[in-house]
Amino acid sequence: MPRPETADRAGLDLEMRGIVKRFPGVVANDHVDFDVHEGEIHTLLGENGAGKSTLMKVLYGLYHPDEGEILINGHPTTIDSPRDAINLGIGMIHQHFMLVPTLTVAENVTLGLRSPRGPLLDLDSVSERIEELSATYGLQVDPGAYVWQLSVGEQQRVEILKALYRNATLLALDEPTAVLTPQEVNELFATMRSMTAEGHALIFISHKLHEVLEISDRITVLRSGRNVGTIRAEEASRERLARMMVGREVILEPEKPPVEVDGVRLMVKGVRALSNRGTEGLRGVDLDVRGGEILAVAGVSGNGQRELAEIIAGLRPTTAGTVAIDGVDVTHADPGRRRDLGLSYIPEERMRDGAVRDFSVAENLMLHQFDKPPYARHGFLDFAEIRAHCDLLIRQFDVKTPNPEAPAKTLSGGNIQKMILARELSTNPKVLVAAQPTRGVDIGATEYIHRRLLDQREAGTATLLISEDLDEILALADRIAVIYEGEIMGVVDRADANIEQIGLMMAGIREEAGSTPPAA
Amino acid sequence: MRRWAGAVFPVAAVVAALLVGGVTLALLGADPLEGFRAMIEGAFGSGRALADTTSKAVPLLLVGVGITIAFRANVINIGGEGQIILGALFATIFALAVPDLPAGLMIPALLIAGFVGGAIWGAIPGALKAYFNVNEILSTIMLNIVAVQLMNYLLRGPLIDPAEIEAGTRIPQTMRLAPSGDLPVLLEGTRLNLGAVIAVLFAIAAYVFLWRTTAGFRIRAVGLNPHASRYAGIKVKRSIVAALTLSGALCGLAGVILVFGSESHRFVTDGSSTGFTGNAGFNGIVAALFGGLHPIGTIPASFLFGALLVGANKLQRVVQVPAALVVALNGLVVVFVVSSAIWKRRLEQRYLLEDSAKELVDQPAEVDDG
Repeated sequence: MPRPETADRAGLDLEMRGIVKRFPGVVANDHVDFDVHEGEIHTLLGENGAGKSTLMKVLYGLYHPDEGEILINGHPTTIDSPRDAINLGIGMIHQHFMLVPTLTVAENVTLGLRSPRGPLLDLDSVSERIEELSATYGLQVDPGAYVWQLSVGEQQRVEILKALYRNATLLALDEPTAVLTPQEVNELFATMRSMTAEGHALIFISHKLHEVLEISDRITVLRSGRNVGTIRAEEASRERLARMMVGREVILEPEKPPVEVDGVRLMVKGVRALSNRGTEGLRGVDLDVRGGEILAVAGVSGNGQRELAEIIAGLRPTTAGTVAIDGVDVTHADPGRRRDLGLSYIPEERMRDGAVRDFSVAENLMLHQFDKPPYARHGFLDFAEIRAHCDLLIRQFDVKTPNPEAPAKTLSGGNIQKMILARELSTNPKVLVAAQPTRGVDIGATEYIHRRLLDQREAGTATLLISEDLDEILALADRIAVIYEGEIMGVVDRADANIEQIGLMMAGIREEAGSTPPAA
Repeated sequence: MRRWAGAVFPVAAVVAALLVGGVTLALLGADPLEGFRAMIEGAFGSGRALADTTSKAVPLLLVGVGITIAFRANVINIGGEGQIILGALFATIFALAVPDLPAGLMIPALLIAGFVGGAIWGAIPGALKAYFNVNEILSTIMLNIVAVQLMNYLLRGPLIDPAEIEAGTRIPQTMRLAPSGDLPVLLEGTRLNLGAVIAVLFAIAAYVFLWRTTAGFRIRAVGLNPHASRYAGIKVKRSIVAALTLSGALCGLAGVILVFGSESHRFVTDGSSTGFTGNAGFNGIVAALFGGLHPIGTIPASFLFGALLVGANKLQRVVQVPAALVVALNGLVVVFVVSSAIWKRRLEQRYLLEDSAKELVDQPAEVDDG
């Protein structure tokens, strides 16, 4: 085969010196120095908007720096387009995959490349090469499989294979773990280690501090477009990194005072529901949440969490069982009725279900009560009342927006989540369903959201927290239910919970069975 | 530039369309400059020309505002033609049934009748879309055909002017309708009538409705994100039906004005599908797009489009080009306006990127201070 073997190629040293990138009115990168060498994993850490994406876009030729230079193997280089970057051996794994679902893995990998056999496709040689790369880096995936058939973790492997197939020797991975299960994260890290062993240089971007500490050789922290410092992973700790990112002390584990538990506010009994694919997504779920407690639902993504949240919110019909809010049967009630009974919901798909992108922050904040007095009278909106209410919420919930009239789509992910939180908590709900409330949200906002959820617990709200982040569950929950294939495997008190037992239940082994440990 | 981008793009689109039209004129052996001079004169050259342009713009404005309301709910109403016809039929039948009302009651009653007729013709596809997931583009187009056939049947049969039967000419038209229903002429000796005022008032009302009322808020929220709206407790299906109903109602008003603001004061058609409407149901869509899908923006947009239609007639007479060229010219404007919308969106996206980049970097700086 005419292609050069990636593994045999010399590694690639990258040095970015004094990079400045200005946008009208702001400096996104302010004299940033960053370098990464062959065989090394260098993490780029920072809050949303710290300038990580800008720096990566400069590296990938999507932005042209206003000042500074890029040195590849010691030679000053200009990168004008992603094509230049690819030719230099730079690969980028984006957070949102750029794959065509209706094509096979091999077709996706070769998409946009010249075929070695002129106008004819040569998928056999492509598949062969994919298999070689798979074997070298532990990236198991069937070249003939269609992308739509693959799990999220497998799709990510295809993205990495695409980059390796294009002979990338320097790979930037933009929040690659955000979409993965703990097991998949471990597999990804194994792949990353074998890549550095083969001489690749890796840039890793993540918010999750324990992951950063686990996988990195060096860590560079950006804040407000400036390089705050580069330290070796051995010198780092979660607290130190969080402090560097935010610029102040951060409380990673919030305080949780004991709260008197009240009566059952949310009851789910024998509920069955279909998933989007038409299979049974919930298979007889029973849950009770009491006022003043946080019941967390743990589980690997796709085991019925979304269906559970949606049947409570009234967005998905049940096929059996009942849902009751504050003692009232709402199994067949519409979402508006459930809200009137005191339900609030922080949806998992916040841009789809939680916010109207093209509406202003104020309109989004009013979405659930714009037609209720005092905000509306005789069918007309009362802008003075709305404005006063929104100003208060924006202040109370620390939503960073230039003004209440700014479109929601101009806000960062963390601020959109704060905006949704402000709306959902402003009614002081009796029942709160929080689905993945901090997914993809930066540390500062996560800390804030956790504090707010705990405040709400003290205020007597019954909270159902659905999360795939075990750290979050352990930090917030009073009781933990584990969901697996649409069934609750068991509910344990936080005080008695041990991670091993929860992990077993997440893999489908029931609480009772958990007492006899399976052979390792 | 940024603030004016919304206005620059449609105007540039018209200029581009006229340039292509000019080339076509030259290829046909006519002098493009002379042609354009004729157009401008025909549309704006005299008080009468301006009045003609305005009259032509009135149905476009009402339809355009109606289309805007539907579009804001993310429903595409191609049924303006049918809704105009139904509005006209309801008002005409009312005027034939109760001819003795005084003008002060007659005109409001006619407007209400037309409003209801159009509303019904909008509510049908609205309900089909909301409750049975029937594509509204298909159902509204189909209902146009039904409306045309209904109109042709009624104007040739039950509603036909008895004089036509006597004379044996059988032109599909009603008798001269009750004079109390005549829309008062605003400018003596021209066709400019009360319809222009009504149309502008409804455009303003639509603006107030969309941005100041709870029902308008619902429609905009549903149009931009039905998922989030539903989850926030808004009844999405009801809002979709409401938007298409109102959209049809405004088109129905256009039908009333086409009949009772006409010089013949009859409901007349020629047997072809656009014989009565003069294509206003489709041209109104272009006016709405041209006006940035904003009720107020649709006012100048309809006027400009009205000018184009009136001017093109003059052009045809002066430079002696085939009538088809005028139709082609209109088509060109549509193509350019629609494609300019794409450019506009791209520009807006670029601004948005810049804004969010700015906002993103601004943010941690504030955290720093804290």
